[in-house]
Amino acid sequence: MSDWYPLFNSLRIATLSSVLVFFTGIACAYYARTLPRGIKGGLDVVLTLPLVLPPTVCGWFLLRLFGTNGPLGSILERWGFRLVMTWQGAVAAAAVVSFPLMYRTARSAFESFPEELAGAAQTLGLSNSAIFWRIRMPVCIKGIGAGAVLAFARGLGEYGATSMLVGYIPGRTATISTTVYQLWRTNDEPGAFRWVLVNLAISAVVLLTVNLLEGERR
Amino acid sequence: MKLSVHIKKRLGAFTLQADFETCGGTLGLLGASGSGKSLTLNCIAGLQRPDEGSIVLDGETLFDAKRGIDLPPQRRRVGYLFQSYALFPHMTVAQNIRTGLNWQRDRGEREREVERMLALFQLEQVAYAHPKTLSGGEAQRTALARMLVNRPRLLLLDEPFSALDSHLKGRLQMELKDLLAEWGTDAVLVTHSRDEAYHLCSHVAILEQGRLSGCRETKALFDDPGSVAAARLTGCKNIAPARKTGAQQVQIPQWGLTLQTNEPVKDNLVAVGIRAHSFDHPPGENAFPVRYTGEMEEPFGWILSFRTPGQSPDSPDLWRHLAKTTQQPPKPERLCVRGEDILLLYA
Repeated sequence: MSDWYPLFNSLRIATLSSVLVFFTGIACAYYARTLPRGIKGGLDVVLTLPLVLPPTVCGWFLLRLFGTNGPLGSILERWGFRLVMTWQGAVAAAAVVSFPLMYRTARSAFESFPEELAGAAQTLGLSNSAIFWRIRMPVCIKGIGAGAVLAFARGLGEYGATSMLVGYIPGRTATISTTVYQLWRTNDEPGAFRWVLVNLAISAVVLLTVNLLEGERR
Repeated sequence: MKLSVHIKKRLGAFTLQADFETCGGTLGLLGASGSGKSLTLNCIAGLQRPDEGSIVLDGETLFDAKRGIDLPPQRRRVGYLFQSYALFPHMTVAQNIRTGLNWQRDRGEREREVERMLALFQLEQVAYAHPKTLSGGEAQRTALARMLVNRPRLLLLDEPFSALDSHLKGRLQMELKDLLAEWGTDAVLVTHSRDEAYHLCSHVAILEQGRLSGCRETKALFDDPGSVAAARLTGCKNIAPARKTGAQQVQIPQWGLTLQTNEPVKDNLVAVGIRAHSFDHPPGENAFPVRYTGEMEEPFGWILSFRTPGQSPDSPDLWRHLAKTTQQPPKPERLCVRGEDILLLYA
């Protein structure tokens, strides 16, 4: 296996997309907390949709939006930035599909946060941003961390939306999962098997990390 | 130190209306659960916003709906001891206390103050322990230290003893009483326990179904509750509707009794109360025949339930409490109650 590009590309895509999703997911979860129930329910449906939709359907929507003639794609095109058939596009696909995992775990972590801790901190004179960074985040860190690892794992294994938006171009958009499919399709069984093993190893590490994080939570 | 609270707050079907002023010392808010006690404290601390009215502490307006003033909790300098103590679980005892010293910019001074508080509250042994490993008493002392080190002008104490084992309660109540006297900070203590209110508070206000008005000296309130809610919350077991039938005479239809009172009865009488320990053996005033229906032995006393011949069937048994001086409780055929022990309860 001389060409490690798919491993590098997959890790790059999963890392960037999970960083992206980490911050947007936490921000959405934090602000959804304060919304009135009706609006929160509606927002919840929209933000969780990618979790239940088939990834190919997400990919179809992404193509519509970011295709060279799509409403967002044509704007990006003007700045010389393209998501179709590029590895950056794969980051976007992975981010959209893994976002609900981060959002939902962060939200349930924030919801199980005892509000009187924030009340106590307020009466002690801590500013609202100090309360967020010094009280709320550390208390919720286990749940948020688990969400981030899950989002990373989901991004790493992304296939459907990725293949729709960026296809399979060796050395450019190939990821582990698209490579496995490509090698199997072209009857390269040993090659496919090697990448399956790589995938298994990474997934095992990720799941062990999640268990470690969740196990420490009481 | 003077706190004046005149607020209204709606929460769903529940409406809180609180009107009271304190004049120093510890004020007890005595109410059943769900009567709006914690909500009142939250409004004073600024954690919840009243719909109407004003809150003034020491001449400084903390909240005024009409003038659009609503100081954030951070600027009210009001200490809050939560029922759960609300210790930060990811911090040690020392770090929790240090959080209350946010205002102290000088680092050395801050560390010295933490050390001082750890010693004062006997927390040196657990300074580096996390809250979940603390005993109830240690957790309470940590929360108190964290609150007091922040130098609040007023303390809000929400059921401070409800999370503790009963054998700890008495000792910690005494400690808290001394502590409040030592620091000289005024406090508002919320409780459903008449004993706590009696032990710790110079004044008590009654909170019933969201309505809180006026506060009275604790002893005076227990001697003469004046309302059905106050009588019940101060532990009066026997309460029944009554009407005035003479200048110093009341009739209680449910018990089939007419009793002579010491004080002149006012026209708006709605009920009377007789505390379980007020019944006595004849001879004496207001004697009436009784039939015993049950007895319950306590470690140091007896509780006897009884009915009067003319008592209506749907009226609950009356209770008598007496100290245990003999092997068997005495059961005289007649009981009496002194006119001064009949609590006159008005609308």
